[in-house]
Amino acid sequence: MKTEVSGSMSVNAGDKSEAPLKGRIHSIMSMGGVDGPGIRCVVFLQGCPVGCAYCHNPDTWNTNGGEVLSAAEVAKKVLRYKTYFGKDGGITVSGGEPLMQAPFVTELFEMMRAEGVSTCLDTSGHGCAGEKLAELLSNTDITLCDVKFTSEDDYRRYSNGSLRVVRNFLEEASKAGVRIWLRHVVIPGITEDEDDIKRLVEIAECYKGIERIELLPFHKMCIPKYEALGISFPLADVPECSISRANELGGIIPEKYRK
Amino acid sequence: MEAWNGFKGTKWKDTIDVRDFIINNHEAYEGDGSFLAGATERTAKLSHKLDGLFELEMRFGGVLDIDTQHVTSLLNYKPGYLDKENELIVGLQTDRPLRRGVNPFGGLNMTRKACQAYGYELSEKVEEEFLYRTTHNDGVFRVYNDVIRKARHAGIITGLPDAYGRGRIIGDYRRVALYGVDRLIEEKKKDKEALAENPCDAETIRRLEELYQQINFLGKLKDMALLYEIDISKPATDSKEAVQWLYFGYLGAIKEQNGAAMSLGRVSTFLDIYFERDLREGRYDESGIQEIIDDFVMKLRMARHLRTPEYNELFAGDPMWITESVGGMALDGSTLVSKTSFRMLNTLYTLGPSAEPNLTVLWSKDLPEAFKDFCAKVSCDTHAIQYENDDLMRPIYGDDYGIACCVSAMRLGKDMQFFGARANLAKLLLMSLNGGKDERYEMQIGPEMPVYEDEYLDYDKVTERMNFYRDWLASTYVKAMNMIHYMHDKYAYEKTQMALHDTDVHRYMAFGVAGLSVLTDSLSAIKYAKVRVIRDANGLIKDFETVGEFPCYGNDDDRADMIAVEQTKLFLEALKKTPTYRNAEHTLSVLTITSNVMYGKKTGNTPDGRRAGEPFAPGANPMHGRDKNGALASLNSVSKLSYKTCKDGISNTFSIIPAALGHSWEERRSNLINILDGYFARGAHHLNVNVLDRELLIDAMENPEKYPTLTIRVSGYAVLFNKLTLEQKKEVISRTFHEGV
Repeated sequence: MKTEVSGSMSVNAGDKSEAPLKGRIHSIMSMGGVDGPGIRCVVFLQGCPVGCAYCHNPDTWNTNGGEVLSAAEVAKKVLRYKTYFGKDGGITVSGGEPLMQAPFVTELFEMMRAEGVSTCLDTSGHGCAGEKLAELLSNTDITLCDVKFTSEDDYRRYSNGSLRVVRNFLEEASKAGVRIWLRHVVIPGITEDEDDIKRLVEIAECYKGIERIELLPFHKMCIPKYEALGISFPLADVPECSISRANELGGIIPEKYRK
Repeated sequence: MEAWNGFKGTKWKDTIDVRDFIINNHEAYEGDGSFLAGATERTAKLSHKLDGLFELEMRFGGVLDIDTQHVTSLLNYKPGYLDKENELIVGLQTDRPLRRGVNPFGGLNMTRKACQAYGYELSEKVEEEFLYRTTHNDGVFRVYNDVIRKARHAGIITGLPDAYGRGRIIGDYRRVALYGVDRLIEEKKKDKEALAENPCDAETIRRLEELYQQINFLGKLKDMALLYEIDISKPATDSKEAVQWLYFGYLGAIKEQNGAAMSLGRVSTFLDIYFERDLREGRYDESGIQEIIDDFVMKLRMARHLRTPEYNELFAGDPMWITESVGGMALDGSTLVSKTSFRMLNTLYTLGPSAEPNLTVLWSKDLPEAFKDFCAKVSCDTHAIQYENDDLMRPIYGDDYGIACCVSAMRLGKDMQFFGARANLAKLLLMSLNGGKDERYEMQIGPEMPVYEDEYLDYDKVTERMNFYRDWLASTYVKAMNMIHYMHDKYAYEKTQMALHDTDVHRYMAFGVAGLSVLTDSLSAIKYAKVRVIRDANGLIKDFETVGEFPCYGNDDDRADMIAVEQTKLFLEALKKTPTYRNAEHTLSVLTITSNVMYGKKTGNTPDGRRAGEPFAPGANPMHGRDKNGALASLNSVSKLSYKTCKDGISNTFSIIPAALGHSWEERRSNLINILDGYFARGAHHLNVNVLDRELLIDAMENPEKYPTLTIRVSGYAVLFNKLTLEQKKEVISRTFHEGV
């Protein structure tokens, strides 16, 4: 059911070359109200290796698409919204998968921090590890880590990702003192089991710094995007998740994660 | 004086100076809304009765009843009551609730037509009375020239207040409560005496006569109150009297004038001083104070004018613009937020959501956090309030200004304005291309010039033509306004309202533009894409073929946004070339109310791709669906328009779905506050806020009976959704709802 995605990033997203780092940007949405704390300007990066069956941004998979911009150019655009950020808001880098362009994001976050803007990383936890990840996390204030599935089996079945990789990311983020919000999409028949949510809580219990667990009801607003790309949506037949069901499952989550 | 016991300060006692009274006595409130009381049983009963009348009024086609026998004025009706035994604040415009009076002083024909539209005939008695009387409307049409008539007919200038009261004058109704009417008369008499020293020129004589009328009507105001067995000659002595006195001042004004906008001013924190004194002295408890405010607001919600259906097409929902400005900061850095700022907003809960009074929060970054949070809650719950930038206006107007209508700031009792109409900027572009011919009527409106000759539009050539026609349009517009306001002063002078101003007032002449975003995107298309003209058989340019990408206003892209900035600046400069009546200061607004629908109807195809007849965006909003980079980019674009240029206000309506604003209501409130702080920090002027789902509006359109009180903000005011026409409803639904989730 998963979607095969191939290719590595071109440009110099992965290299530490002399030239200024360039990133592949899918788009910039000036306002996100649900993408981390406060009002956030959301930078969507191009390219993602995970290929989740329920992905609602298939237009961000292609690692060769997007607009090529330097970190300084992106920073300049984001700073146009600085007056709205208040004490909680800031930049959120999402995707695609931002970890695929970790050095670029690191540079962007350094620039944001120099301007006093809070940095938030919205990630699946895949795409980068080791020193590069550590460097990025040392410039990250908060991460929204999307735990797509709660078992290694489901990860294999519905994506190209792995729970082990996600756990490694959480371990590193936790060590770096990054605030962590876990996110989990509730898909009827796939991830809406009560046991699923219990396993998610168990994962959360393993790491310090986890402030919140957000359950996002599965919806199918992405179908036009799939149609435009000429690919079929693997979960076309799965019903949407009602908000009430998501709230019901939310009841299982301990109070301390519901801030 | 007993009435002033415990009140501090002296300057306000020696001269008429309400601001000085407030500054010396107001109690800043930094806490939250937990002290508020709900509706009492009495209030609930009255409110229920009133809701029944509103429903009946709707079922009667929007007008419950008309008194065609009497001409409205301060003393022409017997006293009327909603519920004589139980109401705390008394006074109705006519002898019965929601019965409308006729006011032919603005124009007899308009009155006649309005009566007929609702199945009435203006009585012979009134017709006869006005046989030998000149109305404002008669006067204006005696002096209008052909150019103005044609511009009016083609709709390049629309909404000229030449057939009804001009409005947008705010009497300082607080003076009635603080000083009592006798003192006000005494001061006006002194002013009149002082004029004896002046050279006896036309302006002095005019002022002498105006003062005579002001004094005369202050006398009538006292008599009007006596009809209700209340003597307002002396200052109010307690909370209830303060509200009652103040309301009588306002009631006198709306009995006398059917002005297009009859705003209230800034009364909450003024009244708070009386309330807090009584609470300290144990005369009332919180619930008792809220009851008085509730009763007062019920009276305001009952205010009505008789208008024609054509008027409603321009300004939908039967609006009065009883704008009450709440909050703001004082020049000394203290906040003017008081407990009564909360109590006033609380009426949206005690009485339910409503379009009137038009509650306007004067926003400052320094407002108490708890008040900001309360406002955000009210916005999320009721979509009934708007926000204007106090940090932007305070340096210009000081700390005792109010908002007239939607976005027009004026110092209370010190400034007045000659308001009127809007120039259609999209049409100006088309007229410039067609050599002064109107694209719809195909008649010569402006000075004649050959139609634009080339196949493709060249930015420099087009803007050069526009410079010529803009000067013509602006001069025509100023001349029409001068005639209108000369005649309004002569035949329908606002005697009660002006009596509640200083004798020496500063006058603004407030002009407006519509279609700014259409013009901007059209010029951007001409500049950055290729626009080919399509002509009809007679060679008139009727359509355009636009090839290529071009930046649109609303995406924080200077290439487009700076066109809008430049066009407003050019228009104000053009207006200033023609002197105004009574040396008023030229000002400009970017505000349409709901007239953007009608303006669109009257305008042909435009180079931005908008089709003939399609609505414009309201006010300064970007065109629907063209702001593609999210809410903040859209807000940034509007914030670039200069308030210095558009001192009469820049209206922006912002709709967002709850799910995009935050997960929980707590987050949504906090995010809304950040949006307001961020927007106003950029020097923006005004924001209407709607936090609701588009689906809700669609359901309300299909099932109106399910949503009797659904109120939404449209350009500059709030409106009961059910009172919009189907066309206007569709337009509201088609607007951009920010929904990035």
